[in-house]
Amino acid sequence: MKNKGLTKVDLIFETVDVRKVMQKAFEMTSEEIIQQVLESGLKGRGGAGFPTGLKWKYTAAEKDPDKYIVCNADEGEPGTFKDREILDKVAPKVYAGMAIAGKAMGARKGFIYLRGEYRFLLPQLFVELHKFHKMIAEIGYDFNIEYRMGSGAYICGEESALFESIEGRRGEPRNKPPYPTTSGLFSKPTSINNVETLVTAMMIIEKGPLEYVKLGTKDSRGSKVFSISGDTPIPGIFELELGMTVQQFVNEFGDGDTKAVQVGGASGFCVPRKKFADTIIGFEGVPTGGSMKLFNSSRSMYNVLHNYLEFFTEESCGQCTPCRVGCQQLFKGIEKVKKGEAKSTYLNELVKLADTMKVASKCGLGQSVGNAFKSIVENFREEIIY
Amino acid sequence: MYQTGNLVKDLAEKHGRKRESLMPILQDIVKKHNYLTDDVMVAVATELDISAAEVYGTASFYTFLDTEERGKNVIRVCKTITCSMKGKNDIIATIEDMLKIRVGETTPDKMFTLLETNCIGWCHKAPAILINDMPYTDLTPETVIDVIKGYMR
Repeated sequence: MKNKGLTKVDLIFETVDVRKVMQKAFEMTSEEIIQQVLESGLKGRGGAGFPTGLKWKYTAAEKDPDKYIVCNADEGEPGTFKDREILDKVAPKVYAGMAIAGKAMGARKGFIYLRGEYRFLLPQLFVELHKFHKMIAEIGYDFNIEYRMGSGAYICGEESALFESIEGRRGEPRNKPPYPTTSGLFSKPTSINNVETLVTAMMIIEKGPLEYVKLGTKDSRGSKVFSISGDTPIPGIFELELGMTVQQFVNEFGDGDTKAVQVGGASGFCVPRKKFADTIIGFEGVPTGGSMKLFNSSRSMYNVLHNYLEFFTEESCGQCTPCRVGCQQLFKGIEKVKKGEAKSTYLNELVKLADTMKVASKCGLGQSVGNAFKSIVENFREEIIY
Repeated sequence: MYQTGNLVKDLAEKHGRKRESLMPILQDIVKKHNYLTDDVMVAVATELDISAAEVYGTASFYTFLDTEERGKNVIRVCKTITCSMKGKNDIIATIEDMLKIRVGETTPDKMFTLLETNCIGWCHKAPAILINDMPYTDLTPETVIDVIKGYMR
């Protein structure tokens, strides 16, 4: 298969006439909107990658008169900062995505759950929201958006934990099923989408799905906003077409000495230099919510892993044992191996523990700790031991 | 310690008395006073007609809803990987030296509390800190001194 090159795209931050798009969507039927999002092949941009059109279709099919559209702006994955930039630069497009989603699914109420760390954005966001409400009311929409704030808990980015938090409780994930599309916020059918997903859906309505599928690959349609940090001369936010290899990415953003790229944040995968050329960034290779961290040869991958495990140990909600105890044991375990208090073969036991966490943890946090753990231990074993 | 007067009642009027009013109420109290006292949590529980344990249980889950005394200005230094790689230890050492407190402590005049926090979303401009709600980025030991001086008045 021929790889796509590294192409810069301007979709998310492009200036568009939001009123015009809202008018266009107002004249479309619910089915037409959902059909266009389905045809675009858009998958969720928060990291999990669930097909957006399907989520909308399932929520639309529910008969309940009360439904909710929730925008997940609890961007907490280490190395991700694109949602802040999107809200800062093009908030009306986020609101438009929510109102269009509301029309498609028969929901009149939307909530944006914004992480507490981004509270400084609120005054400006309120001004824009006020204008937006006025504009869509003139067109004829019956849709209202409210902000709810997080208070520094990473786990609240998990959809059901986020609902718990809005409902005024500890942010502890729920059992699934039922899925949010049948029983989400306040036990009502809910479509919860990432900030970037909503803007992308809005742009698909603006441009049409045929225009969108020209970008990307079969499994990873379109483009994506990447948050790029670490050892790079040009850290920042870049919108790129999906389908590039890690090698192509490193050629553009590396400092000439890149030894590893962590794709998808602390819960993502570490790609070592020898696998750069064969690894595609996208759902056919390594998926990402946008976090791309580059490490050069001066960095100790033990320190990287240690930092991630400390993060998970602190951010695990503590509700289920595999995650709560698993994170602590992985964290202590690599310290023991490093200090020589445990044999290097103890790492094999820790890998088994990470596998157990993947199948036994209740939510995505515990299930994905093993991604970074295994990909770093397997590719940089000597750095963990010595 | 601080006296709340009618604060809890006023916030309940503003946000409602349902369970989902709890987070906005606690967040507004912390915005004003920087932490939650036992008394204020009991007052919230009474106002919403739920047990104080429910209020404490919820508050203690969230890092930013502090239940320990905090200074007027809470400094949170990001310790996650990129900030860690780009010199967060130097930033902490500088602040500790300047304010004569360690991470986790509050100055005797209750003006500053120094804490570490997980990723705050400024990895491309590391190292970064939050002071109350405001982020400061691309810091050096020199610039962080100026930033903190701005909060001393």
